[in-house]
Amino acid sequence: MISRQEVQHIAKLARLGLKEKEVEKYQKELSSILDYFEKLKEVDISKIEPTSHSIAAENVIREDEVKREQRAKNKKLLELAPKTKNGHLKVKSILK
Amino acid sequence: MTVKEVHQGLIRKEFSALELCRVYLARIKKENKKINAFLDVSEALALSQAKEIDTLISQKKETPFLAGVPCAIKDNILVEGISCTAGSKILENYVAPYDATVIKRLKDQGVVILGKTNLDEFAMGSSTENSAFGPSHNPHDLSRVPGGSSGGSAAAVASDECVYALGSDTGGSIRLPASFCGVVGLKPTYGAVSRYGLIAFASSLDQIGPITKTVEDAKVVFDVICGRDRLDSTSIEISSKIENKKSKVQIKNLKIGVPKEYFVKGINSEVEKVIKKAIKKYEEMGAEITEVRLPHTEYALPAYYIINPSEASANLARYDGVKYGFSAKDAADLMEIYLKSREQGFGDEVRRRIMLGTYALSAGYYEAYYLRAQKVRTLVKNDFEKVFQKVDVLLTPVSPFPPFKIGERIDDPLSMYLVDVYTVSINLIGVPALSMPVGKVGKLPVGLQIIGKHFEEEKILEIGKLYESY
Repeated sequence: MISRQEVQHIAKLARLGLKEKEVEKYQKELSSILDYFEKLKEVDISKIEPTSHSIAAENVIREDEVKREQRAKNKKLLELAPKTKNGHLKVKSILK
Repeated sequence: MTVKEVHQGLIRKEFSALELCRVYLARIKKENKKINAFLDVSEALALSQAKEIDTLISQKKETPFLAGVPCAIKDNILVEGISCTAGSKILENYVAPYDATVIKRLKDQGVVILGKTNLDEFAMGSSTENSAFGPSHNPHDLSRVPGGSSGGSAAAVASDECVYALGSDTGGSIRLPASFCGVVGLKPTYGAVSRYGLIAFASSLDQIGPITKTVEDAKVVFDVICGRDRLDSTSIEISSKIENKKSKVQIKNLKIGVPKEYFVKGINSEVEKVIKKAIKKYEEMGAEITEVRLPHTEYALPAYYIINPSEASANLARYDGVKYGFSAKDAADLMEIYLKSREQGFGDEVRRRIMLGTYALSAGYYEAYYLRAQKVRTLVKNDFEKVFQKVDVLLTPVSPFPPFKIGERIDDPLSMYLVDVYTVSINLIGVPALSMPVGKVGKLPVGLQIIGKHFEEEKILEIGKLYESY
């Protein structure tokens, strides 16, 4: 079973707040799922290349330029933000 | 009603688009209390769209096939100006700032959008029980799940609360609810339909597709939404589409494979009977049925459940309480905004998958989990490629069992994952697959899965139609 510390470490990496009592729950649940993944160890994967994408896709290239119509869109997108200031997203302090 | 029936009714002036729209809105009002298929009803939008179509028809202008046909959209697909929650508290108050490409294409046809349908939060689940806004119910038995994650879309079509719906399929999320609700669902080839404006879940697996009452309708909707889109660099123009249309499927020349691994321990015997009977029908029609082997089938599911949460954990990093969506009020600094917004905004299954994915991608575990899963993905792909050299399509069940009871599996995440055993391989390798109702166990529908080669949607749809008209 994965440890309390491991669960807390993963949650922190993922920026997920976790209540004390939830740690044990996730310990159990994640462990049972990770045990199930052990099944893959039965497969001989030596000399096998990984597949990240099922269809061969072409790279798409374009000029890196600001489009005029983007301005209006940006305004719309900013309106969705919880806090903004002078056309920027506003966040809480990082340094204490 | 089907798309075809509505289209004919409209051009023959048997009813107006507005009248029809009102009938469907009234039906939703009545049915939604029981079924909970809709999260949001876009009444004003639907009525104004319907009026436009009536004007078009009265001016005797050409009426596209989907014009005035009322539909429902899974609530992870963006419709400008309409709320889009993805079934999550974190997007409860989010209003879509633009149209998804599929919506744009439907609007060009004169679509009437009735509303947004329920789903498992961020499409993570197989029952819609993971929705932050309560589960949907199966119209054939309200105590059972409609399947997931596009459960609201499938339930809405099955209860005739809309003529057709859009869903999305990452590991079976169109096909499973279609099977459980007794309707038709198509998971297109990866890249056949633009994902622009679909809330990203697992980007190498996600596809949008139609959920309809007939195979013919699925084809009509698919033809409208498919094709290359410059806003989705993974989308591809289906050049074979036109060639396929020319060559009608000849049942006599058709080679159908039945994979042995899909009929092993774990399948409900009644479901197996229904599926075997449907396969027998194709044999009677003159197709050649061969048993084939897909030896890595049992490894596809664990590989999928590593790849899927890995991609999801990366995609869902964008919900940070800063850019949009829910933002925790009681946070002291930036780190707390992240931690608390994501803790309070995400439900159980979403947090579980984010943690699983983060674990599988973290230093020291990447090779043991993620890389290994990607290599198994190659082996699954090789299995299918080999088999597709010998046969045109594969026939399998969509689910090993009929719809289960609400609450039956929700407390055991792994038992919920096992529901997807017959559907995830298809997303790993990116081929198209159709779910089509072929019988019942008691009053519960059973779906047959028709799996085709890449970009051979036309063929699997034709094969589906053969069954419907036999």
